Amino acid sequence: MAHPLRGATAITGLGMTPMGRVFGKSASELAADAVRTAIEDAGLQKSDIDGLLINPGITGITGGGISLPLQNYLGLTNLRLLNHMNAAGSTAAQMVQYASMAIAAGMANHVVCVFADTPLSEGKSSGAAYGGAGRAPGRPRGMSGLYAASGYFGPNTGYALAARRHMALYGTKQEHFGQIAISTRQWATMSPLAQMREPLTMEEYHASRWIIEPLHLLDCCLVSNGAIAVIVSAADRAKSMAQPPVYVWGMGQGHPGDTNRAGSAPETETGAKIAAETVYRMAGVGPEDVTVCQLYDCYTYTVLVTLEDYGFCKKGEGGPFVEDGKLGPGGSLPTNTGGGELSGYYMWGMTPLSEGIIQGRGQGGERQVPKNDVILVTGNGGILNYHASLILSPHAS
Amino acid sequence: MSEQTVPKPIPEADDDSRPFFEGAMEGRLMLMKCGKCGTVRLPSRQHCDNCLSSEYAWVQSSGRGSIRTFGIMHQRYHPAFVPELPYNLAIVELEEGPRLVTNIVGASNDALEVGMPVVVDFEQHEDVAIPKFRPA
Repeated sequence: MAHPLRGATAITGLGMTPMGRVFGKSASELAADAVRTAIEDAGLQKSDIDGLLINPGITGITGGGISLPLQNYLGLTNLRLLNHMNAAGSTAAQMVQYASMAIAAGMANHVVCVFADTPLSEGKSSGAAYGGAGRAPGRPRGMSGLYAASGYFGPNTGYALAARRHMALYGTKQEHFGQIAISTRQWATMSPLAQMREPLTMEEYHASRWIIEPLHLLDCCLVSNGAIAVIVSAADRAKSMAQPPVYVWGMGQGHPGDTNRAGSAPETETGAKIAAETVYRMAGVGPEDVTVCQLYDCYTYTVLVTLEDYGFCKKGEGGPFVEDGKLGPGGSLPTNTGGGELSGYYMWGMTPLSEGIIQGRGQGGERQVPKNDVILVTGNGGILNYHASLILSPHAS
Repeated sequence: MSEQTVPKPIPEADDDSRPFFEGAMEGRLMLMKCGKCGTVRLPSRQHCDNCLSSEYAWVQSSGRGSIRTFGIMHQRYHPAFVPELPYNLAIVELEEGPRLVTNIVGASNDALEVGMPVVVDFEQHEDVAIPKFRPA
């Protein structure tokens, strides 16, 4: 018997602002632009919105990020659902999950889920946005100071350490990461939304400067300003709305924790493993049924380990799995068809979610995949600490 | 301010971590051992993450472990580290189980390998010492 919430809700609205080195608007202003666009896209009135879930990006930590006052900036009155959420890169998928559960419980009808971020400042590098920890003036206090003392800065460090562990355990090669960067860029060349649209060769990948070995610059995602909003509605309402509904078939989360001692493998076995069981069970599908993937790609390595943990290949075989270019255009497992976060735009979990919606609607233009029946969307946060996923489909059942 | 004049971020002890940093000054790598379940953890936290007991004792590590993973930093994040680029960072897993972020000294970056046995080697500063590791 099908899960009672499989297909109970659908994504009915999508609004995206210009993304990238976009200056002159605050996170709240970008959020308002995205929400207005999403409401228009869904064919709704602002007064139809009765739920709001808010996710700031890094500015939720560094300052200036959107939070609960966004409700009043948007002039949303009489809400029946409201929260400010942060589970890092897994939040976007989580917002759709909590919205779906609330709608299924009769708590709300149309829930806006919005992400907005302004990590970039004019005249400052992208790296300045995320490497800040440990650079505060004065001496760090206590044990956490050992990170800065060792020169550990930003998430680049943590992912490099994780990727190295995978290479050592399983023989994963630099070229495997490079192939992910190349396949993703191939998609980006066909996306008008993507920030990096020039084709990429393996030579260019190898020539790109090291950030922290084994990560080249082109193994790391972009940093972008911008906002994305989506609207979740009940499936029975979605059928008569403006856009083709993209139904929520499955929802899952996995947060493995890290004991920071012998016996755990946080670098190579991620929350995706736990989430996969739940999301596949609810959707009634397995990896063999997934026709297109939108995987959180903060780093090339994240894609590789996520493919393993969702069962597309065995643990440790992610490198050989991607080697033939199957993730790229014309391949057997089209993945990150908008250019992902590596080459497209970095809106945390909204990057894979937004492209999943576009593909589910059949609105991908030149990059539209022919088989969009079962779409896996994942979100990942921390150093592979937090994970949430959705299975979406253009089909109600 | 020129790059050379910015000091490295050297931690200072707080009340919870004082036994760790005092031990380090005397060449001892100190860990916390749960008084209830015996799980050994990296300082400093009042509760055992295995059983949530707040009974514990400070114990001395053998100082021996192995490289769990490592990276070679090239990015200019902090001016005080720029003269050392490219430098290594590693996670060392101690014999007692806990893992910590550190640097490997006394070996070239090219010589590092996952699984390499290492032993603690303290870097002395004026009022603290920082645990680094060298090949055993």
